[in-house]
Amino acid sequence: MRTVRTLAAALLAGAALLAPAAAATAAPSPTPSPGGGTGKDGSAPTEAGTGFRTAALFRPGQKATASASTGDYLYWAVPADTGQRLTVRATVTLPESAARHGAQTWQLDLYDGLRRRQACTYGNQHVAAAKEAASVELSCTLRTVRSGAEPWSNDPLPGSYYVRLTVVGVPEDDHGLPVKAQVEAEVKETGGAQAVDAALAEPLVPGIAGASEQQREARAPEGGWSGGWWSDRWLWTAAGGVLGALAGIWGYSVTRGSGRPARPQG
Amino acid sequence: MITRKRLAAGACGLFVALTAGLFPQTAAAADGPAKEPPKVELVLDVSGSMRANDIDGQSRMAAAKQAFNEVLDAVPDEVRLGIRTLGATYPGEDRALGCKDTKQLYLYPVGTVNRTEAKTAVATLAPTGWTPIGPALQAAAQDLDGGNATRRIVLITDGEDTCAPLDPCEVARDIAAKGIHLVVDTLGLVPDAKTRSQLTCIAEATGGTYTSVAHTAELSGRVRQLVTRAADPVATPVAAEGAKSCENAPALKAGLYSDRETFGEHRWYKVDVRPGQELRASVSIGADRAVNNDYGILLRATTVHGREIVRGSEAGDGRTDVISTGLRYPKAEADGDEADKPETVCLQVSNSFSAGPAVKTAPGMPVELTVDLVDGPDDGSDVASFGLGRGWWLIGLLVLTGLLAGLVWGWISRWRISVWRTN
Repeated sequence: MRTVRTLAAALLAGAALLAPAAAATAAPSPTPSPGGGTGKDGSAPTEAGTGFRTAALFRPGQKATASASTGDYLYWAVPADTGQRLTVRATVTLPESAARHGAQTWQLDLYDGLRRRQACTYGNQHVAAAKEAASVELSCTLRTVRSGAEPWSNDPLPGSYYVRLTVVGVPEDDHGLPVKAQVEAEVKETGGAQAVDAALAEPLVPGIAGASEQQREARAPEGGWSGGWWSDRWLWTAAGGVLGALAGIWGYSVTRGSGRPARPQG
Repeated sequence: MITRKRLAAGACGLFVALTAGLFPQTAAAADGPAKEPPKVELVLDVSGSMRANDIDGQSRMAAAKQAFNEVLDAVPDEVRLGIRTLGATYPGEDRALGCKDTKQLYLYPVGTVNRTEAKTAVATLAPTGWTPIGPALQAAAQDLDGGNATRRIVLITDGEDTCAPLDPCEVARDIAAKGIHLVVDTLGLVPDAKTRSQLTCIAEATGGTYTSVAHTAELSGRVRQLVTRAADPVATPVAAEGAKSCENAPALKAGLYSDRETFGEHRWYKVDVRPGQELRASVSIGADRAVNNDYGILLRATTVHGREIVRGSEAGDGRTDVISTGLRYPKAEADGDEADKPETVCLQVSNSFSAGPAVKTAPGMPVELTVDLVDGPDDGSDVASFGLGRGWWLIGLLVLTGLLAGLVWGWISRWRISVWRTN
């Protein structure tokens, strides 16, 4: 995919030389850099929320940590934008195995901004740890986020994604033992293959209608929401047009032979 | 549509977006209007069993005192802190008296915590009497009553309640059902199985957490964490009571609401949606008691005539705190007289939780409902973004078309020149 995108970018460069006006409209490419980046103020949360309302905010590329008790439900919220494929990874450091009484099963769930559970396309969402295990690693990769979808569909849309990490199976005696959790998210740009022609007016961020500018920014990806109008389809289509025109000129010149006509006119 | 316009607006928006990372996230995590400072009450068990020397070689009481001192030093200034003891004064054998033995040790002054005064009060405590957890919880809830502050009780005990039949777990559920958003976090000091299950039940009933403690550092760290958590700004839901049918349902505006719904119950709410607006509703039901292993939730948006517009549903199994779902309903733009006329959309919340015969069904399980009204989406006129194409087939087709067009054009002009020449 990357080679295709690089190629497409090279084609755009060619198109830009030929059609400066067309390129000007596409100038500030709002596609965020893959992987985001750490917060400028280094503000990855060190606590997790205990419910949807209190979920701790973090951004892709940041490492959110929390100390908790076995049995707690840990919530974080991470933004995902159009065309991104979100992967959430969690590492749970279990209590010393001497203090534990048996195997534990941990689960990582992702919910969208409407609190709808989202399917993991791959990843270890549900992991059992033996009594001796020191830590558990979980991951979940979401479907590609689309800019819009029909109300009846469950497609992932741009907005906040809640991460819920909890133990689902644990011996009764091990409830309440201290654990440490670390969560990070990574986004991969999927390119225009999934770019659809529908767009939400506002991202699926709970309470966004009444949110202040500052609250919106805290919940947005670094660099803000893309708005969903950009995709590499613009490059493909423009490049196709340019190549079509070149092919036309070449085809025309073939029929006329090389150089000037054999006999000057008139 | 609006998002597109905004982004098309360009450089200005980009500048705003670049500054996004500069704001501290915690400060921006607040939702809703300014509120009263949060209130926390630490409820400490001072029963006879706290004498046991099994926490890092010192007595449970000593560990608790040490933890309290550390916590008092670290309490955020905006938190109003109270301390209540249970079993601190009556050493005798009379159950009736022992079970009334709970008193407020330190009452927060309005404003900040007087650390010295609180520490002195804690230092005088000596392990004495019974373990009346239930009455202590009731009294603590009373202490925190009033206002719209965030409320949290941190219960620290080393044994189960000794004052049956008043089940502290039932007490906790009743407190939660009052709708005052009071969370009880429990800490068990070297707990046995019975204590653990009782404290877990109390925490579960109020949406709190349970921690078992074996070391002093764990105790002070956790209590400090819980007290600080109370200071985190959080949106408080508004109590709403859904009706049995849509006609009598309460009309909701955009916001966050809480309600209670028992097993198999349906609750209805109404929302007015104007043409060109999008309704976003999500609902979650908390499993605050021992429920059966499989459960589900259904949120339906219907017209006033009962036609279903869209639904959100979810099912699950196993251990969970909540089950949640949501829906979106974009109402199409309308013309003429209808352009500003809102449509009443009925929202129905139902659940398929169930529980064994020993589990009480009343009060119902906590429901949290969020309603958002935003501008409607741009549905788009094509599957692909702006109807644009992508891929080598597209390129090939365009090149081929261009080539054919060039050739045809060239041949035509050649033919015309030759016709012109022959004339």
